[in-house]
Amino acid sequence: MEYQVTWFVLWGVLWAVYFMLDGFDLGVGMLMNFIARSDGEKRLVINTIGPFWDGNEVWLITAGGATFAAFPTTYAYMFSYLYPALLIILFALIFRGVAFEFRGKGEGDKWKRSWDIAIFAGSSLPALLFGVAFGNIFRGLPIDASGYHGTLFSLLNPFGLLSGVFFVMMFLQHGALWLSIKTDGEVRARAEKASSGLLYPVIFTAVIFLTATAFPSKFYDNFAKAPLLVAVPMLAVLGFAAAKFMTARGKWKGAFFASCASIIAVMATGMISLYPNLIPSSIDPAHSLTIFNSSSSPYTLKIMTIVALLFVPVVIAYQFWVYRVLKGRLTVEGVVRDKHSY
Amino acid sequence: MDALMLARLQFAVTCLFHFIFVPLTLGLSVMVAVMETLYVRRGEEKYLRMTKFWGKLFLINFALGVVTGITMEFQFGMNWAEYSKYVGDIFGAPLAIEATVAFFLESTFIGLWVFSWEKVSKKMHATFIWLVAFGTNMSALWILLANAWMQKPVGYVLRNGRAEMSDFGALVFNPYGWLKFLHTNLSGYVIAAFFVMGISAYHLLKKNETEFFRASFRIAAVFGFISSLGVAMVGDLNGQEVARYQPAKFAAMESHWETRKGAPMALLQVPLESEERNAVELIKIPKMLSILATHDPHAEIKGLKDIPKEDRPPVTITFFSFRIMVGLGTLFILLSGIALYLSLRNRLEGKTLFLRILLYSIPLPYIAAQLGWIVAEVGRQPWIVYGLMRTKDAISRNVSAGQVLVSLLLFTFFYGILGVVDIYLMYKFGKKGPEPLSLKAEV
Repeated sequence: MEYQVTWFVLWGVLWAVYFMLDGFDLGVGMLMNFIARSDGEKRLVINTIGPFWDGNEVWLITAGGATFAAFPTTYAYMFSYLYPALLIILFALIFRGVAFEFRGKGEGDKWKRSWDIAIFAGSSLPALLFGVAFGNIFRGLPIDASGYHGTLFSLLNPFGLLSGVFFVMMFLQHGALWLSIKTDGEVRARAEKASSGLLYPVIFTAVIFLTATAFPSKFYDNFAKAPLLVAVPMLAVLGFAAAKFMTARGKWKGAFFASCASIIAVMATGMISLYPNLIPSSIDPAHSLTIFNSSSSPYTLKIMTIVALLFVPVVIAYQFWVYRVLKGRLTVEGVVRDKHSY
Repeated sequence: MDALMLARLQFAVTCLFHFIFVPLTLGLSVMVAVMETLYVRRGEEKYLRMTKFWGKLFLINFALGVVTGITMEFQFGMNWAEYSKYVGDIFGAPLAIEATVAFFLESTFIGLWVFSWEKVSKKMHATFIWLVAFGTNMSALWILLANAWMQKPVGYVLRNGRAEMSDFGALVFNPYGWLKFLHTNLSGYVIAAFFVMGISAYHLLKKNETEFFRASFRIAAVFGFISSLGVAMVGDLNGQEVARYQPAKFAAMESHWETRKGAPMALLQVPLESEERNAVELIKIPKMLSILATHDPHAEIKGLKDIPKEDRPPVTITFFSFRIMVGLGTLFILLSGIALYLSLRNRLEGKTLFLRILLYSIPLPYIAAQLGWIVAEVGRQPWIVYGLMRTKDAISRNVSAGQVLVSLLLFTFFYGILGVVDIYLMYKFGKKGPEPLSLKAEV
């Protein structure tokens, strides 16, 4: 049973790190068309995430792969139940990734404008739908003995939508903070304005989200059992507040890290509420998918634990190193002059 | 069409589309790494320009390979939930390991490689592309170990109503997987070599940047000839594994109906599946099939008639895919052999016809690779895991035919657009040729 708990934690960590990292590049993708006015500015915005988005997205692949390897039954049901939502996310991510690479390589305004739309749609749809999906998972899906009774539209219930909007707001602000520390000139000024402007709405939606969760589900049951855990959702709100505090003082890097901590804390809050479920059933608790009834065998979990303990720290180390090598602000002039930029 | 057929079709479309981009990535990453290493070692600017020119084509291709790969991982759960549930305990592991040890490496360092030309030393920069090449090729290894498990399941026990892993070592050292890995990766190298030779041939015909493309051509010709030979040699070993572990697939590949010892092989053959025989069988080579299957001329080869109908794969498509693939593979040895000879003798430029043939040969190794996957996957039917689970038992129960139809149409439509855009960009930049050497664009 220890391995299942270990893997529950690892599962949560993988998703949380994914949202922390891809969160800012999704946010940047959503903001690009609004913060950047000229083509040079758009290229500047894209180039702030150019070297990173691909490596960030692998956290999603790894989260998916880890779900498959550690909790195959959950993987099977999670992905087939959420088929339409995942399909949209897939197409969005596909077009977005290709857009970064292709945008600068074609001819004419129309070409660029089409890829600009792809970048916006490809960034906002995953942000929204991941929020909707996780909101519904936290709340529980309608599963009973005969299977799943939901549709794409039943996922778009008020709570699911609230959760989607919350994710969008969170990533918008995360992206704006990233642009505030990675750009210079007018784009930087606009990004700084956006990040401090977005913080009140983010804190507002965070509070509504964390309050609303109390109603449709047993969200706070685990917190009632171990009241100290309430510190985690409080940390999420405090993180946003700290970010607000720091932006007001021009400490953009600190604000960005506070925002990172908040995203992790939000996901941790959700994961704590889920435990020991992975996908709770909203209509028949006997059919909830738990870490115990949907996990791989102890042998497989042991092998996967060894792999994860050996390699995940290495990945974190070299990704951290890459961020260090490519640190510093970019400028429109620099990006336009550099032949290797997007 | 029912949900099963639609789901299979969708898997085929998304898988084959994904595999247009992956093999070029496998081979070109190594070739670009070789070029940059030559630059670091010899300091000649020619090699730097080569790295950048072929590197740009590599990146256009790489983007699509990455994004279409996400579909593959998601699809097991989306369309094949029963499969994922039944075999996830053992099949999920190599996929998760692939992401952790390989995909992270290539995706992280490709970004660093593109954006760090002026930030790190030359040596360090060349190391990055080697890490990308290593990650890409390791990624293929883990995916192919997963696929090999579907062809020849090893290291599992049936317990708790599913296949559970019992021996991780058996999964990792599945000989079927390593042969598949060599065969597939070498075929990717052939694709990359013909890609580079073809584009170089175009510019040599136009007398554009001859020195540059002569040198690119030579690297590709060496690479191509060795890989073409290798792919055939490993293919032969691969065939023997198939004959040993998947007799039905082997019989379908050869459209071999009657069980017999010392089986011959007809060079010209057309199967007539409905009547369980071949409509045409010409130029028979005695005992050849037995030799191919086991390297023993007297070995008994099981015929399709001795395999129950419900356990037989579709014969016609498997047979023709295999035959054409083998024919093309032979052609690649010939073409790359001539190419290498002419290149080493510096007699390439006068040979306009041969250069033109090479230009139009660019698609051929792609076709061969696609056919190879059709042989592997269609030939495995009706099983999703050979001998263990049937494809029809593997699909998601709660996903309707309508849902799959919609997603299949969307995949076809969107992938179609992306395919066209990709070919357009490859064509544009391939035709344009290398840029003058200066890190900064003129402002």
